[in-house]
This record gives sequence, C-alpha cells and structure tokens, in this order.
Amino acid sequence: MSRAVAGTGPTAGPAAGGAKLALREFHHFEAAGGHFLYLVPSAGVFRLDEPSYAVLEALEEARRTPAELRAVLSSRFGADQVDGAVAELSQVQAVRPVDRREERMLPILPPQDFPLTTMVLNVTSKCNLACTYCYEYGEDRIVPESGKPRFMSEEVARESVEFMLQESGDNKVAHLTFFGGETLLNFRVLKKTLAYARTRGREMGKEVEFSLTTNATLLRPEIIEWLAENRVGVTISIDGPQDSQDKFRVFRNGKGSYEVILPKIRELLRRHRSRPIAARVTLTRQNLDVMKIFRHLTEEIGFWEVGFAPVTTASMRDYAIEDEGCDRMLAQFDELAAEWLAHAVEHRHHGFSNVKDTLEEIHKGVSKAYGCGAGLGLMGVATDGEVALCHRFAGSEEHGIGTVQGGIDRDRQFGFLKKHHIANKTDCHTCWARPICSGGCYHEAHTRYGTTAAPNLHFCEWIRGWTDTCLKIYGELAVRNPEFLKLFDGEGRVAA
Amino acid sequence: MKHLEPINRKAGRIEAHTEGGGHRAGGYGEADATVGVPTDPEGEHDVVALQSGEAGAHIPLGCSLVFFPGWEVDSTGGTAGLCQPVERDLFDCHLACFWPAHVPDQLNYSPDWTAKCAAAQNDWRNIDLIFP
Repeated sequence: MSRAVAGTGPTAGPAAGGAKLALREFHHFEAAGGHFLYLVPSAGVFRLDEPSYAVLEALEEARRTPAELRAVLSSRFGADQVDGAVAELSQVQAVRPVDRREERMLPILPPQDFPLTTMVLNVTSKCNLACTYCYEYGEDRIVPESGKPRFMSEEVARESVEFMLQESGDNKVAHLTFFGGETLLNFRVLKKTLAYARTRGREMGKEVEFSLTTNATLLRPEIIEWLAENRVGVTISIDGPQDSQDKFRVFRNGKGSYEVILPKIRELLRRHRSRPIAARVTLTRQNLDVMKIFRHLTEEIGFWEVGFAPVTTASMRDYAIEDEGCDRMLAQFDELAAEWLAHAVEHRHHGFSNVKDTLEEIHKGVSKAYGCGAGLGLMGVATDGEVALCHRFAGSEEHGIGTVQGGIDRDRQFGFLKKHHIANKTDCHTCWARPICSGGCYHEAHTRYGTTAAPNLHFCEWIRGWTDTCLKIYGELAVRNPEFLKLFDGEGRVAA
Repeated sequence: MKHLEPINRKAGRIEAHTEGGGHRAGGYGEADATVGVPTDPEGEHDVVALQSGEAGAHIPLGCSLVFFPGWEVDSTGGTAGLCQPVERDLFDCHLACFWPAHVPDQLNYSPDWTAKCAAAQNDWRNIDLIFP
C-alpha cells in the first residue's frame, strides 16, 4: 500500500470531529513479520501494531468516520484501541479528516550562509585513459574544449583551499576531494595542496579530510606511501574483472587497462590501511553482471567496499541501460542487499556500499529539498578556479556559480536553488520516494533531458524499487539487530 | 506512543514533537522542520481556491452546460445554476480557448504557461503572471 495524496477536490462530509478520515501520503512495507510506515514527506519510519494497521486497511477500503471504524473493527479491537490508533496515526500525519484541507509545503530555501562541506577540486581535466562512456570526454560531454588550463596551478589550488576554509563557516571539518581528469596526473600540485590545506586548516582551527578518485594507472610506490601516510581516502574507478574493465576503460590506443592497474591496486590495498579503499563501478548495458563484479572486486582483489552506478548517458547510446537492463540490475542489487542484511544481522561487514548509503539516509530520516548537495554544501572547482555546481559541471560556464578568487555569486546560487527545489518538480509531487530521491542527479538530468531542472524520470521505477528494498532491510534490522543501526549514529563497530 | 513505534531518528523527533503538544504555533509559511509542512494546520492564513473551504454542497467540476465556459448565465437564463470557477478551468481556458481574456492563450502566445502545473490543485503556485 503506497498512498499518494488523493485528489483534493470537494468532499462532502460531516463537520470535524465526526468527519470521515482519509489516508495521507506514506509507503507501507512489511519486514520481520511486521508492518511499517515510511511517512511522506517527513521520512519518519514507524512500526505499526495490529489495531493501527487494521485502521489503515479499513481506510484503504473506504473513507470512514472514527465511529464507522470502531464499528467495522469491533470484532477484533475495542473502541479504545481503535480510537488510540486513530489518534496516533493522525498525530504523525498518516491519516487526516477529509474536510481538512491538505497542507502544502511551501518551498523553503536554505540560508544564504549555508556552509560548504565538501569541495571537489578538479586538479586536471586531462586523462590518460579514453573510456568510451566518459561524461567528461565521451559523446555526452558538456564542457567544450576551451581556453582553460588542462592542469590546475599551485596558486589556484591554494586559492581554492582558502575559499573552502572560508566557505565552510562554523564547520569544524572540511572535506577536500581531488578529482580529474585523471587526478594523479597532477600529483605535484596534489601533494603541495594537501600540505597547504593541513597547515591553513590548523591555523584556522579546522580539520581537513582528504580523498581522491583515480583510475589507478599511475599509482606507484611513492604515491601509495603518500596516500597512506596522509590518510587520504581512495576510490578506484574500476569496472570489474578483465573482460568488464577492458570493454570501456581503455587507453587511447584501445588497449584495456586491467593488466596495468591490477598489480598497482594490490599494492595499494596492501600498503594503505589507514582508510577503507572503495571501488566505484560504472554499469553499462554490456557490463551488468553485478554479482560477478562484486565477487571479483571484494573477494579476489580485496576492496573493502564496492559502489555501483549506472552510466550517465543519453538514452540512444549503445551502452545506455534501458528498461530491461534496469530490471536486471535491480534484481542483482536485491540479491546483494539480501546478502548485506544477512551480514548485518550477524554484525558483520559487507562491502555493498549502495545499500549502506541508502540505509544511512533512511535511518536519519532525511527529507530532501534537493537531489544532492550540489551548489549548496558541495561544489566543484575547475582548473582555473571557476566554481561549479559539482565536479561534473566543473568548467561549464552555464553551470558556474562563482570563482574561488571572487567568491560565490549569491544571485546565481540563489537562482539555482530556487529553480531546483523539489516544490518545482511537479512530476515528483505524488511520488512516495521523493524524500530520498528528490528528482536525482542534476548531471544525469542534463545529459538525458538537456536541463538540470528535470527530474530523472527514466529512473523512477528503479528508485522506488530500490528504496522499498532498503526500507525492508531497515525494518528487518530494526527488529533483528537494532544495535547495528547505531553504527549510523557513529557508535559501535562491525567485524570484517 | 502506544500503537506506533518510532524506528528511525526522524520518527523519534516526530514522537517527541507530537508529545510536546502537537503543532507549534507558527506564522504563515513558517516551516515545521520535523513534519515538513508549514505550521498553519487550520489554513487560516493561506490562499485557498473557492471550492476548498468547509465541505458543503456538491460543487460540480467544469463549466456550466450551455455556454462554455459561460459563467454569465445558466441554462435557465439565470445565475443560480452556474458552477463556480475551479482550478481545472485553468486548463479548459488555457488549452483550446475561445475566451482568451481569462488566462494566457496556449495556442498562440503562452504554450508553456502550465508546464509546471500538472495538477492545478497542487501546483497552482507555480503558475506565473504573463505580460504579453
């Protein structure tokens, strides 16, 4: 039972008090033999007892007054139980009297001094691979060849660090992510920037955390040592076993990169133990064997975590994942998610990071006004210091919101936030998954529909299916191992 | 709460909030961050469409029978049988309109006027003024 707000047309009924009750927006799911509600838009998760579930079932059949509910449920529950359940369901806004107008959420924009949490620094726009599907160089590129430098200079990197520390406001921790192109092509500037950010952070009483994404081709002992010593979080872009990796992740001459990166990754995993190392897999129509990829990357290579994302591309491309592929992908995600649950029940780690990330959001009860933090708590910086919504837009003038030298253009930022608020995504207004999806990735939307403002309608079924899977896992864990959920509050540990 | 058990953090906050006396008083449009809706439960300060008030007699959706949109007279020549304008008229008049004075004209000048308004009851705030 998933309930969208029913038509809000006129409904005859007695005055409030004895008014008929109707269901409001929520998603019902079952887990561990019990019934749960995911409330929309608040994103609260409640477990129902029998009377409260019976009330919802009775209201699903027809709108009823409290007296009618008492009558229809009298063989199973006393009047007190029914009234009590109705009162609590009303309090959490799962039901409402039909003569009460549905309250509408007015768009509430974040405050102007919203702190920057993460800055993604595109230290180079050059890459030594030529992955066919790449959004930066491939057929769907949005940033044209321009006069921008291909490498970020030390000076711009320092200015970026100053920008980040200043924009982080009262936050005690700032996150700096190095990105590319191939990040390690500009290792010299990386090294200096990290040292500079450490020093400046210390001077300003802030901690700076570092991470980077790399294709692993340029890892060498000196770099691995530096990553480990400086506790730099590393994400490796890799698509799986050799046949998967070499389909798209190729050098300019078309040669696959698997054989080059494998020994380097093994060395990295052996030496760099100060932060968990994750693999990030791009799924395409030709590379959808999620289980096989996961086994290879975790069990055979030894990654701590693996995250999967479907390729961002226009729909007509050969590697685009269409409906059938999405179903296949989701079926395997479900299989891995079930494995993840079995591990979590035993308080053990499982490296399928997609499920962990979604569960964390469910646990916190996030109800998003925006699909992600781009242009708000997260910004991308191009090689010349231009600030864009996120790293995927770095260098695109159309999506710029300032420069590290001149600061954020507040008018542009405000205009962006106003335009992209979930309240303006009409298509999302009756979707129960909107607290967690909120229309999805701007870059994906731009690639598919030509505008960042469009919700990613091609993913709707998949997002709802995936959210439902994760809610059920969450419900199971809440019953079978509630201790595990404390990990999301930063408490406790799991066994490897 | 006896019947509903809060499971996630947000549910905990909702429970604390409701047990603290339900909705806080708030100004028009002031957000209630816990439940995600403006605190104006009675809707006293909101702008409402004509048929959204207290429930009463059945009000037909759409236009009167004889003239379309014909809000001047009903089929008897009087006004008693006229329906009231409702949100849906936005579409009736905007699309294929022969009564262009009421709303922007979709056929010629304002093809996208209701692009952000899939359901008038929900999304009427997204409809903007048009200056030809």
